[in-house]
Amino acid sequence: MSAVVTKPLVAPVESAKERGNFLNHTSGFLSWALTLDHKRIGLMYLVGVMSSFLLGGVLALIVRSHLFYADGAFLTLKQYNQIFTLHGAVMVFLFIIPSVPAALGNFLLPIMLGAKDVAFPRLNLSSFYLWVGGAIFFLVAMLTTGLDTGWTFYTPYSLETTGPVVLATMGVFILGFSSIFTGLNFIVTINTMRPPGMTWFRMPLFLWAIYATSIIQVLATPVLGITMLLLMAERFLGIGIFDPKLNGDPVTYQHFFWFYSHPAVYIMILPAMGIISELMSVHSHKGIFGYRMIAYSSIAIALFGFLVWGHHMFTSGMANVTTIVFSALTFTVSIPSAIKVFNWLFTMYKGTVSLTTPMLYALAFLFLFTIGGLTGLPLGALSIDRHFHDTYFVVAHFHYVMMGGTLVAFLGGIFHWWPKMVGKMYNELGGQISAGIVFVGFNLTFLPQFVLGTRGMPRRYATYVPEFEFLHQLSTYGAFLLGIGLFVALGVLIDSLIRGKKAPTNPWGGATLEWVCSSPPPHDNFAKPPVVGDPYDFRGLEYDAREGGYVRR
Amino acid sequence: MMFLLADQNKTFWFPEQASTFAPEVDWFFLAVTYISLVFFVLIVGFMVYFMYVYRERPGYKGSPEAVHNNALEIGWTVVPTIIAVWIFYRGTIGFLDMMTIPADTRDVQVVAKQWAWSFGYPNGVIDNELHLVVNEPAKMIMRSDDVLHSLFVPAFRAKCDVVPGRYATMWFEPTKTGTYDLFCSEYCGDQHSKMGAKVVVHTKDEYDTWFTKAQIPPSDPVEYGKLLYAKTMGCASCHSIDGSKIVGPSFKGTWGGEVALASGGTVPFDENYVRESVLNPQAKSRAGYEKASLMPSYQGRLKEEQISALIAYMKSLKSE
Repeated sequence: MSAVVTKPLVAPVESAKERGNFLNHTSGFLSWALTLDHKRIGLMYLVGVMSSFLLGGVLALIVRSHLFYADGAFLTLKQYNQIFTLHGAVMVFLFIIPSVPAALGNFLLPIMLGAKDVAFPRLNLSSFYLWVGGAIFFLVAMLTTGLDTGWTFYTPYSLETTGPVVLATMGVFILGFSSIFTGLNFIVTINTMRPPGMTWFRMPLFLWAIYATSIIQVLATPVLGITMLLLMAERFLGIGIFDPKLNGDPVTYQHFFWFYSHPAVYIMILPAMGIISELMSVHSHKGIFGYRMIAYSSIAIALFGFLVWGHHMFTSGMANVTTIVFSALTFTVSIPSAIKVFNWLFTMYKGTVSLTTPMLYALAFLFLFTIGGLTGLPLGALSIDRHFHDTYFVVAHFHYVMMGGTLVAFLGGIFHWWPKMVGKMYNELGGQISAGIVFVGFNLTFLPQFVLGTRGMPRRYATYVPEFEFLHQLSTYGAFLLGIGLFVALGVLIDSLIRGKKAPTNPWGGATLEWVCSSPPPHDNFAKPPVVGDPYDFRGLEYDAREGGYVRR
Repeated sequence: MMFLLADQNKTFWFPEQASTFAPEVDWFFLAVTYISLVFFVLIVGFMVYFMYVYRERPGYKGSPEAVHNNALEIGWTVVPTIIAVWIFYRGTIGFLDMMTIPADTRDVQVVAKQWAWSFGYPNGVIDNELHLVVNEPAKMIMRSDDVLHSLFVPAFRAKCDVVPGRYATMWFEPTKTGTYDLFCSEYCGDQHSKMGAKVVVHTKDEYDTWFTKAQIPPSDPVEYGKLLYAKTMGCASCHSIDGSKIVGPSFKGTWGGEVALASGGTVPFDENYVRESVLNPQAKSRAGYEKASLMPSYQGRLKEEQISALIAYMKSLKSE
């Protein structure tokens, strides 16, 4: 790393209670509803996205319960179609895309830069309310006639179905702005508010990840917005762009939709990868292996991610040359991700590995994301994809990367930064148990789905041929076990709010700036601008039993 | 534990290999999977090893300085790149084979509509099953009457989206006689999961027997009507005969009675009503089915004697 040694700041002496913290700085509903404090906004987002995750999860359990029997357990065909549509839409738009940047990014970005807030605090609050507004549209769509198009809204079915397509796409349009504004805010903040001494390559890798994500958010999301407007225009005005009865082309819709929605999956995974960089280094008490490779890979993934959308459409009838080019480009994105996995792994080499709850989630990520990434290889291969497209193999693949990847990293990040955010320690054994149950439950849910896919089970089926029933039942058992693990995690966190020990400034021994201010941070983050050090300089950080956390000697 | 017992034809991962595509797809997938397994075992192996050897414990102190190793970085960039290039290449070769339609094919006209498949053969023969001859390449010329569908035969490892507004073509050469599943694999609405069909691969002689018989309609109009209802025209996918509601009204016990119309009033369920509803379904739609997916017209697709046969069949349902 860098040869410049700066004297690291010693943790402040006065307790959080004496100075006050951002939680009790002001009180009352309006002081939260109209707050400009990035930390409060981050917490409100956290509550919002986790509530959405709960809703999406319940919908998933309904799906998996219904699929327990080959003839379907209790839903009509149409109800099943509505439930899987809502599950996908809620999870993608309300939970996973905002999750890490909005909940953790908002909280951490200014603090990691030693700043008082983001560049545009009012824009930040409006991002939050745009998220709330979009969420309301979705909920209304759910409570009315029920959307049944799939979260992808493919035409022509989305043009002919009687469901509330316009309400739902309006919700997506509004949510898109939440994402764009957040990305804009973060780009400007990182570009202009890095403190003296924090060059690009002395930034924490979490910020590289957020930065790469923000580029995608700003460039790709407008395309989704336009696509949704065109879909509404087709439904209302019959402009004839996607509807074949009006000489439109349904495959054009797919191109427009996936031009955003593929980069969107990198919006989902890049911040999660940023979390993993932090967790692996801090909990190995060792500088990250290959800092520059990880930083460059983040940008590479963001850029290459714009070039591969056609791999969602290999069977749609694109010209051979187009199809082949998309396959080739798809393989290029796999390389930076692989590099990152190896780098995280070797961060542990000769470190001091603490198997804490955040570390267990990070290690689970390595295992699960590796499977998710490797199963992308056969999907990118054209001859194999002819068989696998639109089967459960794809469903298993994307759940491994989105859930085994992003969600698991998000949980690890929550457990890692929870003491900082709320000032309480949680029950460590409970947290470790949650990681174990989630890991086992997740694999039991989705490993059988790879086999279902190779054997020919199509996606989005409410009923299926009897030979697939055993594997479906395994998957359903897994889903409930996974749900239990997630509830254990939730229980551990809520319990900490009630009975948790007061958190020290630096419970894990991190070297980035958020571990310098108190837990929870004061309203203005730092009394004096902190001195910038190497974000992965763990020398001298030792556990002090009296403090209950790490101090730098 | 059925899935553990390897059927003599099926393997753990795949259904039977019933087309020329299957051996390549299966071998290639297994190759990629084994390569992936090597990397997976390496990664998880190192992970578990490092977790144990470098675990925090009294008396052990690791070194906090970051390390990097250029040789490793280059190695684990170059090797995966080479492998990725090979996978891309091999997949493209197999793909080009799938996309290159041979010159002499047995052609089948495929119509996909919500929610049934219809297969058209020479001399006006239509059937709801896909009939093929073993070891003879067949070309599907496919169209959709409404929304996106996709024709997927897992045993053939073949799939192609059917896009409304254009023709889609695909080909395959079956290598084994037998009956295989065909699924719709592009979500198309309510009955997407029910939109399946059977693929019947015959020997040449069996196919000729079937084809000859299929060109001659049954002489008994009731039998003919039943054939049209149940197999040829796909009525059964939306109208039951046992009273259950699928998409449209059931035909059980309606002949000769009065039925309620969506526009109000009733009409006798007689020859004229059936004929009109088949040629112009929206003219007198039934009460309670206003929101049901619109029935397509069979104008030009049903000959007069076929309509008479359907009527004869409906009459026969009354006496059950």
